[in-house]
Amino acid sequence: MSEHTLDARNLLCPMPVIRTQNKIRTLADGDTLKVICTDPGTLSDIPAWCRINGHSVLDTQKGERELVITIRISKGAA
Amino acid sequence: MTSPRKAVALISGGLDSMLAAQVILEQGVHVEGINFFTGFCVEGHTHAIRKHEGAKPKRNNALWVAEQLGIKLHIVDVVEEYKDVVLNPKHGYGAHLNPCLDCKGFMVGQAHRWMEENGFDFIITGEVLGQRPMSQRRDTFPIIARESGAGDRLLRPLCAQLLPPTLPEREGWVDRERLLKFSGRSRKPQMALAAQFKISEYAQPAGGCCFLTDPNYTRKLQDLWRTGAGKHYELDDIMLLKVGRHLRPRPHFKLIIGREEGENNFLEGYRRQFTHLRPASHNGSLALIDGSADADDIRLAARLTARYCQGRDEASVRIEVTEKDGRAYELDVAPFTSEEIPREWHL
Repeated sequence: MSEHTLDARNLLCPMPVIRTQNKIRTLADGDTLKVICTDPGTLSDIPAWCRINGHSVLDTQKGERELVITIRISKGAA
Repeated sequence: MTSPRKAVALISGGLDSMLAAQVILEQGVHVEGINFFTGFCVEGHTHAIRKHEGAKPKRNNALWVAEQLGIKLHIVDVVEEYKDVVLNPKHGYGAHLNPCLDCKGFMVGQAHRWMEENGFDFIITGEVLGQRPMSQRRDTFPIIARESGAGDRLLRPLCAQLLPPTLPEREGWVDRERLLKFSGRSRKPQMALAAQFKISEYAQPAGGCCFLTDPNYTRKLQDLWRTGAGKHYELDDIMLLKVGRHLRPRPHFKLIIGREEGENNFLEGYRRQFTHLRPASHNGSLALIDGSADADDIRLAARLTARYCQGRDEASVRIEVTEKDGRAYELDVAPFTSEEIPREWHL
């Protein structure tokens, strides 16, 4: 199990979701992925994508300009 | 026990594709959704760009539909591949720059490739016979099936009973009797079926999902092709066409002026790539100069920027100009009056 980070800043939805989806394809069950975004739309889209595909959102941090969404990957469901 | 057949459903986020997927789910078929990002989708980016005060929360309708249906959704970035569809449509454009028939063939073709790579059996779409003048006709349906490579693995559950049986029907993977025979532009059958499935909330169905059907947008796209380096585009080009007022006072440059906070925030992300202007003495929007502009042009752009700021009725407004190399200076200019701005400058 390892921790990964994805920089999706300055991308607008659905690109952060697509990048997250593509990154998760390369990760292992139990890994965590921290996605850094600036588009507020990701606050609904990335958790929705995770729910659909069986991954868990562990944490969401909303800063002044940036959002950080931490995901635990579940390959059993994906 | 045999495992269920697997279908990949094109999910746009609208009602028809949602219903088509549900019709097939009801028959015990395993369904997963696929959604394509072309860069021209009205969804997503537009919601992110514009600030909607008190509006419904931002969401991606394709994701929302997938969640309601309880299916997975695969979102595919086809921006690069899609360029050829827009630039060289074999079947031509619709009323604007919408290459609907080529587009549908392209998307079904992409879904077909995905189907083969992922071991799925057939493709479903929410197409309805006669609903669309270009791509949803009895004579164009076979073109989509043929040119996409999907052939008779392409099933249109909402109007299947009006079409020849496809492979999933002939093989008994789905029961043709439980498919539908919707036709025409009326939305009533879809709404009745939605009620039957207890689907009460859905995005505005069919149409309005693609900027290429929007006359205001396509006018700006044509201007880009006419005044730029020919008929091509990059993602940033087509994104910027969605945002702000576009005024072309001279053939060699245009001005993109934000209309509200959300657009200004979006344009901020591009400011380093463009000479840009913003009012210094009054509140107002950021403006980007797209093209080459000499000192006279920049002064003209400053007067236009002043026109769309809170100092529009003042004798003079101070505008801060920042060149692409970062050099910044200020200009005091008289805002244009509305009468001084020729109608043809507005794209």
